[in-house]
Order: sequence, then structure tokens, then C-alpha cells
Amino acid sequence: MRALLPALSLSVSVLLALFPPAGRAADAPLSEVVRETAAPAAVTGLQARDYLDNNDRGDKIELSWCLSADDGAGALSVLEYRVWRSQAPDEQGELVATLEPGTAAHVDTGVTPGVAYYYRVEAFDGALSSPAATAGPAVGRINLFQTSRLPVLVLSLAFFAMVIWFTRLAARGTNLFVRRIPGLNAVEEAVGRATEMGRPVLYVPGIGEIDDIQTIASLTILSHVAKIAAEYETPLIVPTARSVVMSAAEEVVKEAYAEAGHPDNYNPDNIRYLSDAQFAFAGAVSGIMMRERPAANLYLGAFWAESLLFAETGFETKAIQVAGTANVSQLPFFVTACDYTLLGEELYAASAYLSREPKLLGGLKGSDWMKVITICIIVAGVVLTALGVPQFGRWFFTQ
Amino acid sequence: MNMTLIGTTLAALLTIAVYSFLYKDNPFYKFAEHLVVGVSAGYYLVIYYYNFIDPTVVSPVFRLRIGGDAILLGGVDWWMALIPGLLGLILYARFFPKIGWVSRWALGIYVGGYSGLGIAPVMQARVLDQIRGGALPVHALHTGQGWTNLLLVVGLLGTLTYFFFSLKHKGVLGGLARIGIVFIMVGFGASFGYTVMSRVSLLIGRMNFLLHDWLRIV
Repeated sequence: MRALLPALSLSVSVLLALFPPAGRAADAPLSEVVRETAAPAAVTGLQARDYLDNNDRGDKIELSWCLSADDGAGALSVLEYRVWRSQAPDEQGELVATLEPGTAAHVDTGVTPGVAYYYRVEAFDGALSSPAATAGPAVGRINLFQTSRLPVLVLSLAFFAMVIWFTRLAARGTNLFVRRIPGLNAVEEAVGRATEMGRPVLYVPGIGEIDDIQTIASLTILSHVAKIAAEYETPLIVPTARSVVMSAAEEVVKEAYAEAGHPDNYNPDNIRYLSDAQFAFAGAVSGIMMRERPAANLYLGAFWAESLLFAETGFETKAIQVAGTANVSQLPFFVTACDYTLLGEELYAASAYLSREPKLLGGLKGSDWMKVITICIIVAGVVLTALGVPQFGRWFFTQ
Repeated sequence: MNMTLIGTTLAALLTIAVYSFLYKDNPFYKFAEHLVVGVSAGYYLVIYYYNFIDPTVVSPVFRLRIGGDAILLGGVDWWMALIPGLLGLILYARFFPKIGWVSRWALGIYVGGYSGLGIAPVMQARVLDQIRGGALPVHALHTGQGWTNLLLVVGLLGTLTYFFFSLKHKGVLGGLARIGIVFIMVGFGASFGYTVMSRVSLLIGRMNFLLHDWLRIV
């Protein structure tokens, strides 16, 4: 295409020379015809500035401009943009980039930190270049702080401040309201039902690692469930897919039994490591359901494709089932096959609600008010965008 | 009979043993279940050793020291490997009741470290990107895109409201939360259908294995 257009331009010029339009002498030389061809419109608003990124070494300068009026829409078709770099404002300098039409930004890599550069950008239509837009001087600098991530810092600090504030309030004994989550009532009901039937409770804390926040939330709920199971003297089976999670679950259940005043009822054999392999774990848990016939199955934590296998097998055994996960892709299966489901963040809220632990309550309240801030910003963004101020949304763009 | 055919036949028989669970729990399923659990546990033990323990602790501290090369782990001195190694070892303190509490240190460092590292990416991915993606132009209601944007903004605000736990869902808040749960359920329905389709393709894959690769009847 790039080769075709100059050839076409030349052909038109030749035709014009052979069959001149009115107002031009037939004997005018061909070079004059070419000289008369207009150059594409220049780019506007060229800006050159230091580029900020992770591990910034100061070797990049960012350029941005508004497209030539002839780029796609004008009478002349821009074939490419040419970017020139120099160390003096009146020099043409070195061609550092040739860019496709429609490109309005470029990052010049490989500049020397601390050196001032000038840039020229031209639109080229295959025959002529537009007048150059110039910008500079721009200097690449080593930046310790990435300013484009300022929104992350601001919102993180606001979030931390709210969490600390609410945690202190909770620690002082202030009654922080948390609405009751429907699925939570079902947890106690499920353990009670298992007790009446004289069958165990199965608690699966997901297949996430201990660093997964869902697993941590699940272990908090496990503590609550273990206390109820200890009080009711109902066996509690906890199969795990990660060795560290098994260690943590052992600690949690043992402590809960001690707090409930039944340390002797704690059976370490019921906290089981099965397998790290997802479907081996799913098969083994299904086997436990079929053979030990727990009357209540609780699936709370991080789950993936095994979710439906658990829920369907539990349904077959006619156990009451309560599930909860923040993995959105698995929630539909739990909603379909379980009696109660904690949706997404309800899992975290449940752990705070049950434990009334100041740190968890502070985290829940902090994230609640963070949502209020988010809603306000979105509404403000929608209104400002409608009023023709799109820059607002750009402030939240981070690399 | 070549080894490939033996392997295919074993895999096919194990597949049938697993599918027999659809009828009811039986000895064939139990055999397949215990086999896969045992094999996978052994497999992961080896994987963890060669992928984590050996390159991060054993090689830097022992093997390369003997060979005279004291540097590994991207330029970190060999003794630095002792820190995670020691943290890993003290997890086993739980087997000794008197010093069992020491194992909590390792867990605390592990959980705290990962949580801290996760805050900035989560803030960016789940809050900032959501804000940026949610501030959509909704004034151009004479276009289809304007209505789509409006639907997205209302759904987003309703969903955020549903997950607000500090107030009871009554009045305006209750109304917005109800809109939110409707959007959530519509999303679940779409996701359910999509995932079921992918599971059906897995089933087709196993049937293809049994009927084509093993029995060769299709």
C-alpha cells in the first residue's frame, strides 16, 4: 500500500501534465506539478516529557501529539509519522521512529539520562512531509517515585486510615453495626442438624494457599464452626489441599475446641491433607462424603473447577450445604447446587461478623466506606464526562 | 502388545472406574481415587523439592558451597537462603508440643508478607480500574452505546451497594441493592451456561479418548 500510493501520485502527476486542467499551461514542466502538490497538515500539540515507569532508569522520553488533519479524514492520506530527535532546537537530528497512521504517542527509548533533547514530528504522505511540529527540551530522569501511581498511594492511604480508625473504635468497644448475612444463620443450623442426625460436619476451606485472603477468611469461619461443633460434640472433618493450610487449620480447630471447653474432643486425624492436585483432592473429598456421610457440608474459601463436583456429590448425600467463595466464576455452581451461598465479599464480612475481632471489623468497615468513596467517584466521573470533562477518568489511569 | 496400548488401556479403565461413581460409590472408584491421591501426593512432593526446596535452599547452601560457587538466587549471597529455609523448618516445630508455638512465626511472616505485597496490585486492579471503567458517558441516550453505558453504571452502583454491610438494606439502599442482586444473578446465569459448555467439551474429550483412542470404534 505504501509503495502503491507514491506510484499513484506520480501517475496522476503525469496525467495532469499530459491533459492539463483549465488554468495551467500544457507545456508546464512536470517538476512544477509535483511542487504544486500540497503537503499533509502538520500534527499539533506535540509534547515531550520524561517517561515514568517501574524501575525507571531515566532512559525514556514520552511524546504525544494530535493527529494530522489529513490522517484518515483529510484530502491527503498520511502514510506515516516520522519522529526526529536532536540535541539542538534548530537541528533536524536523527530519525528515531517511523510510525503507522493513527499513532498519536510514542516512547523514545534509549535516550541518555540527564541530556536535553528536542523532537520534531512530521506527517508524511508518501511524497511530501508536513511542516514539523517541535517540542523540547525534554530530559529523561531517574525517578524514585512513579507519579502515575499516585492514585494508588492516595486511595491506599485513605483506606489504611479508615481501617485503623474503625479498628481502634472496635477495640474501644464501640458497637460497629454489621448487617446479618442470611447464609450465616444456616451455618449454625447445619451444624445443629448434623448433631441431631449423629453424623459429622464436613468443612472444606478451599484449595487456595494460605496467602489467599479467602483461605484466611475461611479459617476464621472455621474457628466459629469448630466452637459450635465442640459444644455440640459433633465430629468435624476438615480436608485440605495444601500442607500449610492443614497446619493452620489444625491450630485453629485445636484452639477453638480449647476455647469451647472441650480440648479432649479435638481429633487431629480429622484435619486431613489429601492432595495438592485439584481433581485428586476433589475425588478424595467426594469419597469422604459418600463413605462418612456428613450431614452438613460447608465449602468456604477459594474454589475452582472442583466446586460443582463437591456440591453435586453433597446433594446426592442429602447433606445441608452452605458455600461461599469470592471466585466469581464458581459462584453460579454453588448458588445452583447448595442450600445457602455467601456471595463474594460476604465471605469476608462473615468472618468479621462472627468473630467480632476488632481488626477484622476495622477491615470490613474500612472496605465498606471505601465502596462509598468509589461510588461517589464513579458518579462524579459520569457527571463530569457528560459535561465534557473526560480528564477526570484519566487521572485514575495507572501503568 | 506395545507399551502405548497398555498405557491407553490403563488410562481408559481408570476413566471408567471414575465414571462408575455416577452410579454409586464402589470398589473400582475407591481404587482409582486412592491411586490418584497417592500418585499426586508423591508427584507434588518431587515437584516441590526440585522446583522450590532444591533451587532456593539446598543448592545455594550445600551443593554450590562445596563446588566453591557461593552466589546464586540472582546475586543474593548463599546465607540469605538460610532465612526461608529456617522459616520452613520451624513449621515442623508443631510436632514438638513444647516449642510448637514457634511454628506460628513462620506462618505469620508468610501470611503477612503476601498480604502486604498484594495490597497495591489489588487497589489498582479492583478499585482504580473499576473506577476508570465505570465513569462512562451516559448522556448520549439517543445511541445504543449510551443505553449500554447507563445499564453498566446502574448495575455497577447497584452491585457495590449490595456488598455494603454497614447499613440495613432498606429504602433507597434496599432498592439499589435489589437492582444489584438482579445484575449479579444475570451474570451468574451467563457464567453458568458458559462454564457448562466448557465442561461438556471436557466430557467430549474423554468420550473421544475412550471411543477413538482406546476402542477405535469412531
